[in-house]
Formats: sequence, structure tokens, C-alpha cells
Amino acid sequence: MASVAAPSRFAAWWNSDLAYSFRHAPVAVVSAVVLAICLGGALFAPWVAPHNPFDLATLNLLDALTPPHGFAGAKPEYLLGTDDQGRDLLSAIMFGTRISLLIGVAAVALAVALGVSLGLVAGYAGGRLDAFIMRAADVQLSFPAILIALLIDGIARAVLPRSAHGDVALVVLILAIGVSNWPQYARTVRGSTLVEKNKEYVQAARVIGISPSAIVFRHLLPNVLGPVLVIATINVATAILIEATLSFLGVGVPPTRPSLGTLIRVGQDFLFSGEWWITIFPGAALVIMVLAINLLGDWLRDALNPKLR
Amino acid sequence: MSPADAPPPLVELVNVAKTFDVSPPWLNRLLEHKRRALLRAVNGVDLAIVRGETFGLVGESGCGKSTVARLIVGLYRPTRGEIRYEGKRIDRAGAAPALRRNMQMIFQDPYASLNPRWRVSDIIAEPLRAHPDQVSAGRHALEARVGALLEQVGLAAADGAKYPHQFSGGQRQRISIARALAGKPAFLVCDEPTSALDVSVQAQVLNLMRSLQRELGLTFLFISHNLAVVHHIADRVAVMYLGRIVERAPTKPLFARPRHPYTRMLLDAVPDLELSGKSRTAVAGEVPNPLAPPPGCAFHPRCPHANERCRREVPRLKPVTGAVADVACHAVEEGRIANRL
Amino acid sequence: MSAAGTPLLAVEGLRVEFPTRHGTLVAVDGVSLEIAPGEVLGVVGESGAGKSLTGAAIIGLIDPPGRIGAGEVKLDGRRIDNLPPEAMRRVRGREIGAVFQDPLTSLNPLYTIGRQLVETITTHLELSPREAKRRALQLLTEVGIPAPERRFHHYPHQFSGGMRQRVVIALALAAKPKLIIADEPTTALDVSIQAQIIALLKGLCREHGAAVMLITHDMGVIAETADRVCVMYAGRVVEVGPVTDVIHHPQHPYTKGLMGSIPSIVAEREQLAQIDGVMPRLNAIPAGCAFHPRCPHAFDRCRRERPELLRLGPTRAACWLLLR
Repeated sequence: MASVAAPSRFAAWWNSDLAYSFRHAPVAVVSAVVLAICLGGALFAPWVAPHNPFDLATLNLLDALTPPHGFAGAKPEYLLGTDDQGRDLLSAIMFGTRISLLIGVAAVALAVALGVSLGLVAGYAGGRLDAFIMRAADVQLSFPAILIALLIDGIARAVLPRSAHGDVALVVLILAIGVSNWPQYARTVRGSTLVEKNKEYVQAARVIGISPSAIVFRHLLPNVLGPVLVIATINVATAILIEATLSFLGVGVPPTRPSLGTLIRVGQDFLFSGEWWITIFPGAALVIMVLAINLLGDWLRDALNPKLR
Repeated sequence: MSPADAPPPLVELVNVAKTFDVSPPWLNRLLEHKRRALLRAVNGVDLAIVRGETFGLVGESGCGKSTVARLIVGLYRPTRGEIRYEGKRIDRAGAAPALRRNMQMIFQDPYASLNPRWRVSDIIAEPLRAHPDQVSAGRHALEARVGALLEQVGLAAADGAKYPHQFSGGQRQRISIARALAGKPAFLVCDEPTSALDVSVQAQVLNLMRSLQRELGLTFLFISHNLAVVHHIADRVAVMYLGRIVERAPTKPLFARPRHPYTRMLLDAVPDLELSGKSRTAVAGEVPNPLAPPPGCAFHPRCPHANERCRREVPRLKPVTGAVADVACHAVEEGRIANRL
Repeated sequence: MSAAGTPLLAVEGLRVEFPTRHGTLVAVDGVSLEIAPGEVLGVVGESGAGKSLTGAAIIGLIDPPGRIGAGEVKLDGRRIDNLPPEAMRRVRGREIGAVFQDPLTSLNPLYTIGRQLVETITTHLELSPREAKRRALQLLTEVGIPAPERRFHHYPHQFSGGMRQRVVIALALAAKPKLIIADEPTTALDVSIQAQIIALLKGLCREHGAAVMLITHDMGVIAETADRVCVMYAGRVVEVGPVTDVIHHPQHPYTKGLMGSIPSIVAEREQLAQIDGVMPRLNAIPAGCAFHPRCPHAFDRCRRERPELLRLGPTRAACWLLLR
């Protein structure tokens, strides 16, 4: 049946199987909405947050340890209460999420870049290079990610002068988490590469005379990225958790620009003296965000799996 | 036609062999006392393909015909022997890539031979972008050429914007043909190009290939296990068994008077519409394991005419007296087989 | 063809459909066929014609969301398409055996073939394990497996492709079924092995008195093996009749085109007959006769009305041209 006008690209995408599946999976829709709120709050924090928790001039020590809204002693301008320094908890959470997300996404981007490249090279080259890369991945996988991150962080602290710590802490964290996560991408991509490289379109490219690097990056790369997307989505959540753990342990971001993990750690000291909100609210924010990412990632994996379609 | 009058071959294979080392890893060999395993996929093949002809290569699985195809286009390098194009060697590493551009390949699987993430126009334009010549430099000239190629293979120029999964198997093979023709090759290696297609689609593609050959003066090496297709399209045929050529002749004489016992058995085995009902002898046995081929003539365990010499000595491909066929068979050479009437 | 007595298998108006979010796709549309006891019926068609689905529907192996939307399948006069799964399982194997295309996936790689044979035999026949083993060895000999006592304990991967297919045939015949459905049994095999397997299938089924529904796209195999042939196109039967008549005197334009496009090792043809276009996709089946867009003789009625099977001599074809 001929249609009068070809559907617009948006309409075509809206009607695609993926978008249809999304619209009909309530879990995915809710997770996406929650995630959008977290992302929006984090991205636009400087403009949307009711206070700036890092501007020392605006902090009022008298407002410290205010309970959240609905409890005795609450002040209306501090919706979720304040911490021991008078910082509004809601704003601190928004800025903290910002840092957590930045580290999480950047670390995953690094891990993907590293892992996918190494996986492609290992799969296509084969032989000794393949064996070497895979053994390196095996060795790395036998160390827990936290341990590797601690190691890299420790080396950085030992090597760099004290004053530089604060500035490079972010970069070191991203590096540490990213480097500890590349093996899973490398393995997946290597497996897909081994399958794809024997397919006839790759042989056709070789017959035409295309160089190996062009074959790897123009032909193979688009075809092996599928599972990577799913792994990366869930990996963002794990990266955020690792960063939170590291910050909790005291080797992550410095306390002057706290991430969610730092907030949780700082709040822990006050948990048993009655000011529970300082640790509970950042903790809840972390859990909600990670849960939303995980659920979305689960839906994506099922939606993209050709066998389940 | 005596050898002196024959036109010089376009593509020549001289005593070409390809051996694959499929041994288990060294540690396994040590611990499990396994031996090295060598797969002689191609074991001394001589071919001469003349410009403008369609040369058919037939055989069953494991005979080495696909390996021969890949040796010619350079996907493998031969372990032994020479491959020549227009008289010049092309089998050495880095030898004349410009010469290699005169040959292209069409593959069997229409679903795996096109990159599923690329648009059809990019797929066809790839050889042009890799080796631009005066005609196809510049975006508009490139687009025009891709459109012309699509129309030449029976599709529409607008199909270039689509992705491979939007086409049927036969249409994808046409796209493969268009890609192969983009660089204006003189020689096409076709590895079972219609084996994965339905019969009516196969007819379309074979007719297309025939007309393109006439139009563009192409030379084909047509590899197939389907004897009827080869009979229809090839001018000369070579039959392979376990890495060697057992018989080589022009098409009509080969099918009318097959001489080698394997060729006879193969032709007997093909169920044919015209011949249904005639009594046929079923073929005995199966193709032996290529890792452990029988000594002497590889066909002797299944051959009703095998004698002691067949079990010891590998027969060489020799011309049959009084005919244009070459056969590698002791029984034929010794006159032990009565010619089929 | 009028059967003397009840046909062994009678399929009437079978319809197999797949509900999707774009609407229901009909893959088999009103197919009717009959197989007499001991007869070999070939079902031939190109990919997408619905022949494999017809076989799967008869044996009750349509995977959801696919389903039988309409029609009846009767074995020996009893309906089997509406049986509960447990009853269908008993029919499968005992009364209907199956041989599929890929012998590698038809056999369980983790069990010896002897065990799989004995399991099938004891499931459907009342035999002691020793008698079952004896019968299994007998079957292996019948299908031409050399040294059956030794091979009894071998795993599928220790057999070559042709040998595996013989084992699959043995499995299909194990419980003495009356009907064997063979779906492309020789397509994955070499030419010389194909000939052996076809001869084996034909001979054994004749010996055991089993009817065969041979589904394939290879007309040559049909010519060798079948008594009658049924040509399918776009989920419908377009021609049915005795094999020699359909092959040498096809009535339907599609069958004519199909016969003309098959290359031969004997006949000389300059150009193979070509049917322009492709088989329609399931979501774009034309109204009226499904073949009319590709038919050189289509006229007005073909575009409006779907033809039924009309008789002309020994064959029947679904084509309005027969009335002219």
C-alpha cells in the first residue's frame, strides 16, 4: 500500500521496534523519567539549585544541622535540611550528583574507548597480539576494581605533590575507574570481532584492497558495538558506585567539592547522634539513580536482543 | 587446437598448493601425544583461464574449490606454485596491487557479503573510493556511477539509499555484482553465487551474469557444486576431488562423455528432471577426511576400477588421446574403462 | 486425486498466522492436501512459500506467536490439530515421524545415538530394553550404518553428515509411524550423498509402508522420489497432480516458469526462463491471485478473485486461465 508522503525521520523512529518496545514497557518509561529528573537536576544544578553549597559566603553556621521539611525545627528554605556546615542538603545532592555522573560517564567512556579498541585489535590480529591482550585482561579481571582504583589513586598521591591533589583528584578517579573496567568490553568485542571477521563482507573488503585499519574501524566497529551499549549503560551505575565507595573510603574526591559518596561518609558521623538526614538523603539519591540506570539497561538489553524479538 | 595456437591465458595457476596447519596447540600435542595435522586443501592444481570465457570449477565439499578461489584473489597466499595474471606473477607478497584490481569476487552468502550497517550506495562505492580514477572523482560523479551500476544490475538508482536488510537474497546478490563491477575488473571469481538462492531467482541472476559478460567482456571463474548450473553457464569445466583436478574438458564433451570415474558417479548422482526414471547406480562411500587422505589416488576406496597401481601412485592430469579432455586416472590411461556410449 | 478409501492424511483449509503489532500475517492461507497410505507426496516451493510451516503445522510444531488460525488436519480420519500437547506428543513419533534439514541439530549431541534410538523406541512401543536395543541395531543396519554394534555407542559428532542423516531417518522410522514428514532432508548434503539418502528414504518407506510428505525446493529430488507433487506459492497451493504430469505438462504459469528456470545437465538452453519480480512478502500479498503481478497472462479476474484449484485432466491448478 503506497503512502502519500514518506514518513518523516522522527515518525519513522517513533514507530520503530525499539521505540515501540520502550513505550510499552512501564518499567523503562518510569526509569527513564526518574533518570531524566536526576540528569536535569545535575546538569542544571548551578541554575536550579536553591542554594550554592560551595560558596562559603552564603553559608550560615547558625543554620547547621537543620532537620528536613516536616520535622520540628525545620526551616522552609532548606527542604531536605542542612549538614554540619550549614550547606543545604538538596543543593549538595544536586551538585554531588553532578560530580558522580561526570566521573561515572567519563570513566565508562574511557573504559569503552580502551576496551573496544583493544578488543578489535585482539580479535582481528589474532596470534600473539591477541594472546597478550587477553592475558592482560585476564590478569586485570582477577583484581577487584576497587583494589585497582585504590592502587592507581595511591600511586598518584605518592607521585604528585600535596597541593596538586585536589585538582587532579577528578582525573585520577576517572582514570582509575576507567582503567579497571576495560577488560569486559575487550572480551565482548573480541568475541564479536572473531565472528564478524570471517563473514564475507570483510573478505570482500580485503579483496577490494582496503587496509586492515580501515576494515577494523569502518566495517567491524559498527557491527560489534551492539552489546557494548548495553554493558556501558549498566557500567555507568557501577562506576558511580565505585566512585562513591572510594569517596566513602576517603580516597576519592576531596571534601570541598563532595560527591554523593563523600556526603554519605560525612553524614555517617552524625547518624547516631540523631541527624540522620545528612547520610540518608544522599544515600537514597544514589540508590534511586543507580536503580533507574540498571532497570533502563536491563530493558535495553532485552529490546536489542535479536533472539527475543 | 594445439597449444601453440591457443590464446594466452588471462589467469594461470601453475602447480599451486595450499596447506593449512590445523595442528592442535603445542601443549596439547605434548601432553596428549597428538601429531601435527596438515590440511592439504589444494594439492597441485594447474589451470589456464582464457579471456572472455566462463570456466567452471565443480566438486563437493572439501575438494578445495573455494580455497582455489581465495588463492586467486589473494585472500590466501599459496604454499607452493605460481599464480599469474596476464603472464605476470601475483602470488608474491606486495606483488602489483594494480594488477589485483583487475579481479573481483562474488560470494555465496547474500546475507553475509554486504555490511549490514552500511547503505547500499556506500557498499557499491567502496572500491571507487579506495582507488579513485578520473571517472569517479568527485561526489557527483561517484553518485552517478553508483546509480548507473545499480541500473546495470537491474535495480533502481534510488535503491542506493536503502540498507541491505531491505532487499531479498537475489537482490543482494545483484548488489554484490554491482560492487564487484564498480572497479571495472576484467576477471570475476564467483564462489557459488547462486547456491543460496531459489531456483527462479537463480535463473534471473545467471541470465544477468551472462548478459553482463557479453556487454562488458568479462571473464568468469564460476565455482559451484551444482552441476546443472555449471553445465548451463560454463564453457570449460574442471572437476576437483580432495585438492586435485581429476578431469578437465570443455563443457559439452565433459557432460556427454565423462571419463574419470568420479565425474561419472557425480553426474549419475544428480537428480535430473529430464532423466527421472532411468536406472542409476548409487554412489558408494563418502568423501574421505582431508586430514588423512588415502594413499595414491584419493578416489580409489570408492572406485570400482581401482587396482594396485591406483593404491600406490597418484595419477597425473594427462590429455586423453584423441580428445580435448585431460583426465587424472590410471584406469583411463591404461584403457581399462570402456567409454560410455 | 480421489483416494480409494480414507486418505492417511487430510489437510483442509489450513491457515497459519502470526499476529504482530502491524496486523496478522498469514503465512499459510487455505492449504488443502491429501496423502494416501504409502504414497510419497512432494511439496515444492521457493523460500517463503509456506511449505515448511505447513509441515510444522501438521506435526504440531508451530512456535508461538504463530498459531493455526483455521482448518483441520486429520490423520486416519481423526483430527489431530486440536489435540492437547500431551496427546500430540504421543502422535508425534508413533504415528508421524520427522526428518529435518540439519542433522547436526536434530540429534542431541550429549547422548549416544544408541541411547536416543532406544529412548524413542521405548517411548512409543511396548518393548523391553533388550528388545528395543535389538530393534535399534536392526534399524541401523537397515539405514546402512556399517558396524552397528560399535556405532551404537558413538556420539553424533563422530558421524559424518550423511551418516547422521541416516541416523535421523532411523529415529524417524523407529516407532513404525504411518507418515514421515521430511523437510529438506538432503539440502545440506553433498550431491553424491544426496542421491544415497534419497534412495534410502524412498526404499525404506516403501518397505515399512510409510507415507512420506517430502518438503523441498529441489524439483530434481521430487522427480526422483515423489508420486504426486503439490506446488506452493505465497502460502497457497497453486498446482497439484502426478509428478510426471506436473513436471512435463505444467498448467499454472508459476509452475511453467519454475520448470523453465531449472538448468539441466542434459538439455541445452540459451537463456533460462525467468519469472520477473520476487515472491511477495507476507505483509504485501496481492489481492486476488497472489501470482498475478508476475504473471504474463494475468487478466481482470485474476486481480479481483482468488482462484480455487480447478481440475484439468489428472492435475489441478489454481488459475483462471483454465476456464478459458
